Amino acid sequence: MSDSNQILDEVTQSDYKYGFVSNIETETIEKGLNEDVVRLISMKKKEPDWLLDYRLKAFRKWQQMDMPDWAHLKIPPIDFQNIIYYAAPKKKETLTSLEEVDPELIDTFNKLGISLEEQKRLTGVAVDAVIDSVSVKTTFTATLAKYGIIFCSFSEAVQEHPELVRKYLGSVVPYTDNYFGALNSAVFSDGSFCYIPKGVRCPMELSTYFRINAANTGQFERTLIVADEGSYVSYLEGCTAPQRDENQLHAAIVEIIAHKDAEVKYSTVQNWYPGDKEGRGGIYNFVTKRGLCEGANSKISWTQVETGSAITWKYPSCVLKGDNSVGEFYSVAVTNNYQQADTGSKMIHLGKNTRSTIVSKGISAGRSHNSYRGQVKINKNATGARNFSQCDSLLLGDRCGAHTFPYIDTKNASAIVEHEATTSRISDDQLFYCQQRGLDAEKSISLIVNGYAREVLNQLPMEFAVEAQKLLAISLEGSVG
Amino acid sequence: MLEIKDLHVSIQGKEILKGLNLSVKPGEVHAIMGPNGTGKSTLANVITGRDIYDNISGEIIYKGKNLMEMAIEDRAREGIFLSFQYPVEIPGVSITNFMRAAMDEIYLYRGKKPMSGGEFLKYFNEKKQFVEMTANLANRSVNEGFSGGEKKKNEIFQMAMLNPDLAILDETDSGLDIDALRIVANGVNKLRTPENATIVITHYQRLLDYIVPDFVHVLYGGKIVKTGGKELALELEDKGYEWIKDHADIQL
Repeated sequence: MSDSNQILDEVTQSDYKYGFVSNIETETIEKGLNEDVVRLISMKKKEPDWLLDYRLKAFRKWQQMDMPDWAHLKIPPIDFQNIIYYAAPKKKETLTSLEEVDPELIDTFNKLGISLEEQKRLTGVAVDAVIDSVSVKTTFTATLAKYGIIFCSFSEAVQEHPELVRKYLGSVVPYTDNYFGALNSAVFSDGSFCYIPKGVRCPMELSTYFRINAANTGQFERTLIVADEGSYVSYLEGCTAPQRDENQLHAAIVEIIAHKDAEVKYSTVQNWYPGDKEGRGGIYNFVTKRGLCEGANSKISWTQVETGSAITWKYPSCVLKGDNSVGEFYSVAVTNNYQQADTGSKMIHLGKNTRSTIVSKGISAGRSHNSYRGQVKINKNATGARNFSQCDSLLLGDRCGAHTFPYIDTKNASAIVEHEATTSRISDDQLFYCQQRGLDAEKSISLIVNGYAREVLNQLPMEFAVEAQKLLAISLEGSVG
Repeated sequence: MLEIKDLHVSIQGKEILKGLNLSVKPGEVHAIMGPNGTGKSTLANVITGRDIYDNISGEIIYKGKNLMEMAIEDRAREGIFLSFQYPVEIPGVSITNFMRAAMDEIYLYRGKKPMSGGEFLKYFNEKKQFVEMTANLANRSVNEGFSGGEKKKNEIFQMAMLNPDLAILDETDSGLDIDALRIVANGVNKLRTPENATIVITHYQRLLDYIVPDFVHVLYGGKIVKTGGKELALELEDKGYEWIKDHADIQL
């Protein structure tokens, strides 16, 4: 193992060292999962009875379920009794200067072009009052309040807007949906809640970045976004900076509801710790993301750039219930070293003249495995439904794998479903051509890969796209030669 | 500027270049002619550093430096440019972005401050005139869906952008109609200075009507067997490569 890997390991583990042992009042409960733990979580969060009931129902359902094994993934056994399911927002060890931070991490930040102040925030270095995120948040919240937009932590929403949470929670992803979804529904820690009122066009990109406690939402994150009639919102999740966490298992749920004429654009950059170059460590990321185009002419668009995690299991989907509603999925998934990704989308066409687009770009390097898994389902009433799917795989080297599993299920004869798939490699000719123009091998690959992924990157908000490009380059470092 | 001595190159056990010598000075244009399969493109590949050969021996000195020890990209950054016979497509990468990335790298290598966005665009638009590039072409992905002529124009455009000290044109005339040939050749001529040098690799004499060489070398059987002025090209065109066998400067 190289020195840098050792440093990486030490850094990830050092979080563990400091995470739970602290002088402040410990808000951590015992390891393990049972009904008492679920009750305790609910109680600690001062939740109303209906939410506790919801959690308990989910827990009971989860106990009867088995972990899914259909994905093209090798998942080591997970001991669910060896996990701590509740820890209050914990204080990260506060460092006094960036010099105390792992130099490799700083190097990555610099490559990403993350500002010094932001680097401090991400690494837990104390920041000075001027850029204190509290003041940023205050300005931000005031602007949103003017439009009647609610954007807060999930726990806050439970206290402040229980009627909205109760109405929509589980309405798109019921607790019975799947194994990890049931687990999340039983023990979800925190997350984001967002409501855009009728006819409001949210004037800015909503980013979890602006939510102070975003850094500590924990391993069972829950997000609920409701766009009321005729509203619009663009929502950004995650950030390009490397995300480290002592929790190996992550099982999040994101639910989106778009009412009549509403549009929600959801962009993700996921860069959890992928494990070291030998495949040790790394986050297991089991996510259920689903949007419901509830009303006519509504639209939900998912864009994701997935570069992190040791294991990714994720299928952002759209249920196209309203007539003329539109679902989109744009994805770039990069796997390197020993990473595994099984990701794709589901488009469920229920309403008339519903349209969906899937563009998936997989990039595999090292000894990684990258699978696209997608389902397009046209129900019998979805007259005039259309889908176009394009799944491209790019292989770097000859020890990685790319796999495509498309499922198409049409019950209406008027539907038009198209599926295109390609697999390609970066050719020696392309590399030589770029190098002859003065680019080194890694820059050349980064350029070629970014070109390959451009269709998806173009869907991201501008500044996110620039960061994502750099991220792709960094994720593939060391994949040649 | 470039000194090649006793260059031997083999691929898959077969020797392609068998003791080639070549000397190029600043301000000169050298034409390398010869029948197919005689090692013309191999010469271009070896100078630029393409790593597909089993065995390379001999000496290539460029501006006093041993080229054999330099990476492909460093040779390019030192001012060596190859106009490809078959330019490859790079989908999704616009020519603008491609050139921006290349120039930034070259400037960094040379210890110069990379151009600002505005400076770059101005420079870019200026150079487009060299090969009468349409605005539209510059926004397209590198070589994707280009016609043969567009690809070659794009190569010379890149040459104008990178302003190399040593340019190697590998069969730049192939696939060009007469108008495109003139545009491309004019571009090359306008880029000529007393400081830079050009090696024109070609099968036919046609291109040399437009890009007039100072020296013509005939590459045959892995060696340069005859060297002359521009009239040698005409003689070759007239008499064919069979003729060279009896009129080589060296023992074949």
